[in-house]
Amino acid sequence: MTDIFGLLKGKPGEPDYEKKGVIVQGITGAYGSLHAKQMMAYGTNVVAGVTPGKGGQKFEDKVPIYNTMQEAVNATNAKISIIFVPAKFFLGAAKDALNAGIKLLVAIPEHVPIRDTMETLELAKQKGAVVIGPNTPGIMIPELIKIGIMPPMPFKAGNIAVLSKSGTLLYEISDALTNSGFGQSITIGIGGDPVNGTRLIDAFEMVKDIPDLEGLVVVGEIGGDSEEILAQRIIDSGFNKPTVAYIAGRAAPKEKRMGHAGAIVMGTYGSAESKVSMFNKANIPVAKRPAEVPVLLAGKMEKSD
Amino acid sequence: MQLLEFQAKELFREYGINLLDSISSTNIEEGRKHAKELGYPFVIKIQVPVGGRGKAGGIQKCQNDDEFELKYPQVMDLTIKGEKARAILLEKMADIKKELYLSLFLNRSKRCYTIIASAEGGVEIESVKNQIIKEVGLGDVSDELAREVAKEMKLEGNTVEQFVDTLKKLSKLTIEKEAELVEINPLAIMQDDTIMALDGKFVTDDNSNFRHPELQKYQEKTAIEEQAEKSGFSLVELDGDIAVVGNGAGLVMSTLDMLSDNGGKPACFLDVGGGATTESVYEALTLISKLNRVKGILVNLYGGIVKTTVVAEAFLKAYENNLIDLPVFSRLKGTESEKAKEMLQGSRTKIFDSVEEAINAAVMGVKK
Repeated sequence: MTDIFGLLKGKPGEPDYEKKGVIVQGITGAYGSLHAKQMMAYGTNVVAGVTPGKGGQKFEDKVPIYNTMQEAVNATNAKISIIFVPAKFFLGAAKDALNAGIKLLVAIPEHVPIRDTMETLELAKQKGAVVIGPNTPGIMIPELIKIGIMPPMPFKAGNIAVLSKSGTLLYEISDALTNSGFGQSITIGIGGDPVNGTRLIDAFEMVKDIPDLEGLVVVGEIGGDSEEILAQRIIDSGFNKPTVAYIAGRAAPKEKRMGHAGAIVMGTYGSAESKVSMFNKANIPVAKRPAEVPVLLAGKMEKSD
Repeated sequence: MQLLEFQAKELFREYGINLLDSISSTNIEEGRKHAKELGYPFVIKIQVPVGGRGKAGGIQKCQNDDEFELKYPQVMDLTIKGEKARAILLEKMADIKKELYLSLFLNRSKRCYTIIASAEGGVEIESVKNQIIKEVGLGDVSDELAREVAKEMKLEGNTVEQFVDTLKKLSKLTIEKEAELVEINPLAIMQDDTIMALDGKFVTDDNSNFRHPELQKYQEKTAIEEQAEKSGFSLVELDGDIAVVGNGAGLVMSTLDMLSDNGGKPACFLDVGGGATTESVYEALTLISKLNRVKGILVNLYGGIVKTTVVAEAFLKAYENNLIDLPVFSRLKGTESEKAKEMLQGSRTKIFDSVEEAINAAVMGVKK
């Protein structure tokens, strides 16, 4: 099982405890540089950037840039990397990272071909690495570390874990949670692609044993069956922390891709009804609106008291 | 994208998968010529990118000229699940002994390609019985595995080798064209024991389009969709009267759901992507101005970093340039929203604090 907190924070007593180094691949691009700055402003310890051909330069006058991941890892010993390169260059960048010893790879690009994602996951498996994404907003422990593109305002430290396929819904729902006094212990963006490095069920395994976890929020959407599989796992595992779900796409037409490559209903496969009915079976209420999530969560907490 | 049957069959033919003679046409004059070339009897098959064609009357047998003249226009005029005919395929009549099912598809939850085969094909996959399911990693199927599938299907005689050959070709096609799904249903054993693909379904991974210029000719996009793609937007046209715009696929789907819950009818799903700038919002309004039926625009932006004043500027510019004269009901989460509201005072754009309020106003607004 992946010790995600071990990867993101480390252990007390380690010299880099709670300031794990992060390498930004594609740090000189418009998108990469914007979010590298935002991550640094949030307190994430960005130790290096990689842009082939720009080795030797410095980002923002302080972060060294390398030509390859191997050089960056040799110089910094970082185990975490975040990729901002265009989708068609993703596979090359991901291989570069995994071969250099990266153990947590956050894959931001949208429109990565499925075959490239699958090859990346195959290599990650061999190397014992975790991939978040592609097409993810990233992963964060609020007020400690942000590896992604989330705006900081919606999030507050706390004891609710939020898993989401969608980026903006993650912000929207975390915002609603924060405003209702529910901070977040961790938020994990699954991504909107058909194939995810970390599936809902994998993310659940990462968070279910957090000692002071007070609740779980799952933000799903139409397409695939990862919500159904998660609901079944929750039933089978006897997980009993208050859990609430939200599913986007109830009104979406069938057989149409709704923005995300993975958000498509084929026949009944991937339909909102199927997901809602499985969550109901697992005794997990499904919110009709994002704003309803904290209300249902509070209700669940009262009952479990 | 999902290819039409005749397009899938073009690819099957290229890969040497056995097919009946067939010719596609888009009008009856062309069709008449093809009817002569092909000779009766044949089947007229509507070409739409959805299933259930047979039930909807989109597949008709044709024995002579009279039947052809009657049925060709009938089939051409059909709308199936909202899809109009793109073309008509004339295909020689088949003398079938047995119908099989065969597909190779991306198994999302298992994160590998998977074969589904059955000796009882010809019905929709949900009703296919005795499914044989094999996981095959990135899609490569060995001779051994193909034979094992044939054996489990209880195929006999020379149909075994033909099936193995078909499955291997299907695998090659799936890998080389980066398909998400390739389905042959039915794969038929004919009276003379030859195996043939009588239908074809092919879904590509659109994200791999840049590696497949050869598939571009199958792209079917309206001018508006093409423009949306150029701007980096995702657009799905719907049949209601309220255009729904937002940033992020999940947020726009969520807005669509809430609008429908409140009795509103969405005219489109438009995701302008994660960020929102004056340019992207202006571009979105430009697209919407080209859609028919739209009576109002519902905007739901969760701008984390974005300033709502920037978005307000886009609305003002759109009215100023007479791009739109529709009312806009907008929820803008972000910074400087008080200032944005001030900027829009007196314009036809209303800013609301919650999406629920914006939706209610939009539903009421288009009723007027």
